[in-house]
Amino acid sequence: MLKIDNLHVSIEGKQIIKGLNLTINKGEVHALMGPNGSGKSTLSYVLSGKEGYEIDKGAIEYNGKNLLDLDVDERANLGLFLAFQYPMEIPGVQTSFFLKTAINSKRKFLGLPEVDALEFAKLIRSQAEDLGISSEMLKRDLNVNYSGGEKKKQEILQMSILKPDMAILDETDSGLDIDALRIVSEGVNKLRSKQNSFLVITHYQRLLNYIKPDYVHIIADGRIVKSGDFTLALELEEKGYEDISKIAS
Amino acid sequence: MAATEQTIKQVNSLGNSEYKYGFSTELDEIKAPKGLSEETVRFISAQKNEPDWMLDWRLNAFKVFNKLPKPNWAKLNIPDIDYQDYYYYSSPKSLKDKPKSLDEIDPEILKTYEKLGIPLKEQKILSGVAVDAVFDSVSVATTYKKQLNDLGIIFCSISEAIQEHPDLVKKYIGSVIPVSDHSFAALNSAVFTDGSFVYIPEGVRCPVELSTYFRINAINTGQFERTLIIADKNSYVSYLEGCTAPMRDENQLHAANVELIALDNAEIKYSTVQNWYPGDREGKGGIYNFVTKRGVCRGNSSKISWTQVETGSAITWKYPSCILQGDNSKGEFYSVAITNNKQQADTGTKMIHLGKNTSSKIISKGISAGKAQNTYRGLVSINSRASNSRNFTQCDSLLIGNKCGAHTVPYIESSNADSIIEHEATTSKINEDQLFYCMQRGLNSEDAVGLIVNGFCKEVLQHLPMEFAVEAQKLVAISLEGSVG
Repeated sequence: MLKIDNLHVSIEGKQIIKGLNLTINKGEVHALMGPNGSGKSTLSYVLSGKEGYEIDKGAIEYNGKNLLDLDVDERANLGLFLAFQYPMEIPGVQTSFFLKTAINSKRKFLGLPEVDALEFAKLIRSQAEDLGISSEMLKRDLNVNYSGGEKKKQEILQMSILKPDMAILDETDSGLDIDALRIVSEGVNKLRSKQNSFLVITHYQRLLNYIKPDYVHIIADGRIVKSGDFTLALELEEKGYEDISKIAS
Repeated sequence: MAATEQTIKQVNSLGNSEYKYGFSTELDEIKAPKGLSEETVRFISAQKNEPDWMLDWRLNAFKVFNKLPKPNWAKLNIPDIDYQDYYYYSSPKSLKDKPKSLDEIDPEILKTYEKLGIPLKEQKILSGVAVDAVFDSVSVATTYKKQLNDLGIIFCSISEAIQEHPDLVKKYIGSVIPVSDHSFAALNSAVFTDGSFVYIPEGVRCPVELSTYFRINAINTGQFERTLIIADKNSYVSYLEGCTAPMRDENQLHAANVELIALDNAEIKYSTVQNWYPGDREGKGGIYNFVTKRGVCRGNSSKISWTQVETGSAITWKYPSCILQGDNSKGEFYSVAITNNKQQADTGTKMIHLGKNTSSKIISKGISAGKAQNTYRGLVSINSRASNSRNFTQCDSLLIGNKCGAHTVPYIESSNADSIIEHEATTSKINEDQLFYCMQRGLNSEDAVGLIVNGFCKEVLQHLPMEFAVEAQKLVAISLEGSVG
């Protein structure tokens, strides 16, 4: 699904990612953990194609394609989804209209006709209900005056409607209370299948109690320093990043 | 950004095909002799078989025009206009002997309107919308006429109104915009060709949207629209105009005068979707749009509301205004002005508070892209007699790219201590993170800009009649094609 090979990335001449390797196969859930400034968010932006990142070296292959050749919207329409750490507010654009525009963009890309209005209304209502998003909320402007938790739920709603092949969750757990964390995690788990993959970026092991990863990687100073299964997250929680990084180096 | 570059390349390769109304129609025309003179004025009046009082009024206006300088307050670079280089009247020959029904109209003209999405044949006419179609200097056809007649509503071309309802025209024409207001107003009064006339009788609520579709077709021709709308006591009307023109390398002139009169408790809602040809990317060609629109709330508790979506024209010079004469009267101005490439717009409103307890609201959204300049210019004037009056003004500007300009020039004059005037203004650049967010959800860069800008304009667009709101949203997106980067 996704193969990152010896990736080097810098921002304005400053090296952030320094030789990162990661392979994610179909149906796998990978967790990426690391301290602030280790390059976690940079990786999510590079994967989704944000401007301002210099790829100095390395390659990224996505479903047999050179990911770095693709535009942001092409990547999205080919099934790559980023759940933002800080979702953007779009004033004047109704949430449900945004969702419909997004799904129709993908359908257009795939050569499908626009989604049937009635069918879409049904789909969005049932998905929103599962996430505890009220229909009143869907009428509000996208993310405007949403609480932190509401914004994160909105990201998961978009994900459940767009049904990505490869979803990157960038610190989706930050700013969530325990109830919201559970609801968001359930949303992710419902989507998990043998056909899709997840890269879950987080600081804390807490989220991984709800979204059980197949693999856990620890990133420090722009490199993956240690990989393992779920027990690595528990170990990390116990010993802290500093200790683990030391062991790794 | 790779996506942006690609978009720009694509748009460039399209040339100007983004202006989809740019075709012209081949027709035999009757034209006035080229140039502007008393003879031209007489020719137009004679073509329309006008009574003497109308001709005299025109001739007087022409004298006034010759004495007035070109208005120069706007932040616009207006090239010198050679008034002798234009034709002031052009009518398709086939319309000479007033066609009695649509079957008698030249199929080429009907085809033109169909291509523009304005079918005139009865079986296809827009439901809930009565249309008056003006082609160059003459009105082609007015739909729904009979149904409106039954309610006592008059909706016809101004030329027809001069013949059929001279008392109403005589009473109101020039009563809101005096001939001597400024030189474009005088010019229009001298050589106006056609436009719409609306009279809503007392107590009648007009059940359909009234709409005029203006089309400039002939080359080197100025279009001088004259529209007069009178809403008698306790009546209501919603009116909408749309405008397009073929793509031509020469600049063309459109100088309109629109007068609205609202009597006691009457309400007039006037919406414009202006999409004249804007010129090419280098600023060649396009329409000079010099428009004077003014409404007077003559009666107590009357209301006039202007909504405009200005996306076309090389130069837009336009300040739809309200004179709030009656006590408790209300004026509103909702505006979206988009300029791209080398377009220039200087637009806004004047709210003149004369009566007591009058209120006005101004919401202006200016979007500037490419190398365009976009100015909001507005006046709020509160007379000493206008006690307890209120104004709220909000002007927001959005910049796309770093070669365009946005300017806000509000004038506020208050001679009254009990009145409240509020002014808010913001200027911002389109947010790259918002664009990235939308594109990560699969929208291409142009759709993303369209979505964000439509959101920015929502407060204005929601005031358009529903039938046109969707079209206007598409137009907003199309006008900004190729603007990111």
